[in-house]
Amino acid sequence: MDRFLELLTSNYNYWVYITLMMIGLWGMIAKRNLVKKIIGMSIFQTAIILFYISIGAKEGGTIPIIMEPGGHGSAAQAVVRAADYINPLPHVLMLTAIVVAVATLGVALSLAIKIYQRYGTLEEKDILKQINKP
Amino acid sequence: MKVLGLILVVACWILLAVGATDFPRMGDPASPAALHVSPRYLEKGLAETQTPNIVTAVLADYRGYDTMYETTVVFAAGVSCFLLLRFFRRQAPPHTLYRHKPSGTVVAIQRGYRLRGPHPDLVPIDRDWAPHDPIVELASRILIPLIQIFALYVVAHGHYSPGGGFQGGVILGASLILLAISQDLRTAQARLGERSNALLSAIGVLIYVGVGALALALGGNFLDYGALAGLMHVDPVYARNLGILFVEIGVAIAVMATMFFIYRNVASAGALDEGL
Amino acid sequence: MSHQLPALVVAAPLIAALLIFMAGWVRRGLCFPLAGAALVVSLLSALGMLSQVLTQGPLHYRLGGWEAPWGIAYDVDAINALVLSVVAAVALVNLVAARVSLEAEPPHRVGALYALYVLSVTGMLGMVVTGDVFNLYVLLEITSLSGYALVSMGDDRAPLAALNYVFLGTIGASFYLLGVGFLYTVTGSLNMADIARLLPALYGSKAVLAAFVMIMVGLWFKAAFFPLHSWLPGAYSFAPPAVAGLLAPLMTKVMIYVMIRLMLSVFTPAYSFALATLNQAVVWLAVLAIVAGALLSLAARDFRRMLTYIIVGEVGYMVGGAWLGTRLGLTGSLLHLVNDAAMTLCVFLAAAAFTYRYKGESLHSLRGLFRRMPWTMGALVIGGLSIVGVPPTCGFFSKWYLLSAGIQAGQWGYVAALLFSSLVNLVLFFRVFEIAYFEPFHDHHHGEPAPSAAAVRNEAPALIVLPLLFTAVGLIALGLYSGELASGVIALGLPTGLR
Repeated sequence: MDRFLELLTSNYNYWVYITLMMIGLWGMIAKRNLVKKIIGMSIFQTAIILFYISIGAKEGGTIPIIMEPGGHGSAAQAVVRAADYINPLPHVLMLTAIVVAVATLGVALSLAIKIYQRYGTLEEKDILKQINKP
Repeated sequence: MKVLGLILVVACWILLAVGATDFPRMGDPASPAALHVSPRYLEKGLAETQTPNIVTAVLADYRGYDTMYETTVVFAAGVSCFLLLRFFRRQAPPHTLYRHKPSGTVVAIQRGYRLRGPHPDLVPIDRDWAPHDPIVELASRILIPLIQIFALYVVAHGHYSPGGGFQGGVILGASLILLAISQDLRTAQARLGERSNALLSAIGVLIYVGVGALALALGGNFLDYGALAGLMHVDPVYARNLGILFVEIGVAIAVMATMFFIYRNVASAGALDEGL
Repeated sequence: MSHQLPALVVAAPLIAALLIFMAGWVRRGLCFPLAGAALVVSLLSALGMLSQVLTQGPLHYRLGGWEAPWGIAYDVDAINALVLSVVAAVALVNLVAARVSLEAEPPHRVGALYALYVLSVTGMLGMVVTGDVFNLYVLLEITSLSGYALVSMGDDRAPLAALNYVFLGTIGASFYLLGVGFLYTVTGSLNMADIARLLPALYGSKAVLAAFVMIMVGLWFKAAFFPLHSWLPGAYSFAPPAVAGLLAPLMTKVMIYVMIRLMLSVFTPAYSFALATLNQAVVWLAVLAIVAGALLSLAARDFRRMLTYIIVGEVGYMVGGAWLGTRLGLTGSLLHLVNDAAMTLCVFLAAAAFTYRYKGESLHSLRGLFRRMPWTMGALVIGGLSIVGVPPTCGFFSKWYLLSAGIQAGQWGYVAALLFSSLVNLVLFFRVFEIAYFEPFHDHHHGEPAPSAAAVRNEAPALIVLPLLFTAVGLIALGLYSGELASGVIALGLPTGLR
């Protein structure tokens, strides 16, 4: 029990993000409306992005922009300690993931527009009824 | 079906949550992620690339290859939306609608008939419910140039403060979209035609890949900006700084053009008329 | 330039895709030559790398000049180079056959279609050659995005099938990304070789197990491994024939290659094959996939849909073979990967030829085609025999390896499923041949049977038939060289610690 509480206070961020991911995943699987599925997809991908960002956090670190007292441009005279700055790599990776999520969202919405133009509805069961009827 | 989905989601949750119990605590400065690869970026990044913003340095230099593909993803999304939605209308619609600007009245002309003479107060519209608000229009006209200047600042200052190509490119794209929303898509299209828009989005990515190919041609590895030092007559470290700047400009152009290209096609559902 | 081949193999099609899109707006006639030239450059680079690896050993390439794990690095060994050559070759052959149908599209789409085609191939080539797990994710998404748009270009039901593909594909890619995130949290690195170096200390960790499962499940979504396959039949049956000819042979095979690469080079065999219960469970899932694919293909009314269920079964072969965990199993799986790409290309090109001339898709619209399209049907015969596994076509040899691996590992369920599936494939193809050969030709446009004496040759255009014949000959050539491929190429790439 003690171990569990200790884990809860130190790792709670991962569990919150995992719960968010599962909410998004549930939306994608279980909802019957195409736009709701797209929203679920968006929630899922955003939660993964938040998960990665939380990996990069560092206690006592500031943003990873090296400010020098004597202005920028010259090579660093002062020694830069990595422990003073947060981890930049997850941020870099998530810039890519955000762009990918937006691109997928754009394509999914275009497909939804096309489906609406063809079937006149975005509810899965009505679309299936139209497909199976004639 | 929903029950099955629920079981799967819960199983997935349990798997991930149990896996996460072995993680280092949040913010731990001694975690593997903080100790292994990233210290070198922080400690030597400024000396090796002359770019104080380490995120930009990693994004555009150390892992610049990934960023090139990220820009390609944006480009591919633009092409996909174009391919999916764009169509060319074969015959004229049954009514042509015009809005009388001073009074706000909408006039419908039947197919086959035409207005005669110049009509400066009558603006062609496509749907009579399209909103039109002079306050929004005027405010946007003032704000858009300021937004664009800010966007250029974000692109140029990506080396020294949070910013860079993607961020600046999105703001530039947003300024064009604001023009299209506050007035109508036709006005924005008069500023940036469809063909120029498409070509710009490809040119942006080509700038990025071109820098990489230039490095290849000059004897270095692909995307090795240090190889460009001889061409520009600067030392290799400063060449990296300049290389990052060039690719960020390419990214900004590509993202701006693609954002607007996607908006054009999605907002008008491919007809490229008045839009929303 | 010769040591820049790893960069050239991906950079050439990428630049070409951008130029093709621009050419689509300016001068449409340049699209096909640019695409063809780019794929030729890729194929030559891949073959060049293969010969370099066979003579000098694995290649290491640093992108941006930074050494791994701080930069992105490529590590090319014999298996990489082999799969690269296969991908480039299949894409090139299909491009030639696709030209006819792509150029018949409305003119504003031609540039975009060729550009997405070449981008999709770029993504696949990049996925095969990369040595960085996050780079793999980005390239996976490039391939997927172009794939979604290309699939939706088909007829009436294509957009819905494409949206279903979007959802399942995104779940798969996101699971993969999550697994990579877990790996990053516990190792701190993204480079495949570096992670493999750091993982042995962490083998008991639950996070590594979760990462392994998430990555594998994500890849199974994209590889259409039963029961995560539901996007495949819709997407490949409703896609335009040119697109189906690109994605069907390559997409799932590249995903299986990625799975094998991660199992061998990142989670080394010491980990991947140590969990006996997990391995056994996956082999049983593979058995289920093979049987389900066989039964579903028997039930299909439509020729292309039947082919897509055959693909589901083939994925079962390859995943089962890989998870047997033996050297023989992995050799069989990789050999089958190469052969299956060629076989699937052959049958899908034949389907494209049929669809070009005769619009109907159901099996009955194939009546009498032996007389009307003899070359196409001849090639389909060879393709079908290869899928069944008849010597000297290549399908026989890779199935032989897989059967031997199953027997050696004592997995009798897998062996039985392989034999059952071969029998079912035999029934399927002989049913097709019977409809095409013995029944009198019934032109469904006019509604009455034409007298067989007046049956006129109505082959598909040469641009479709010639690549088809080339592929059919290639199936036999691959079969004859199977021994060299297995022992001379694939064996070089497999690690030494396998049973």
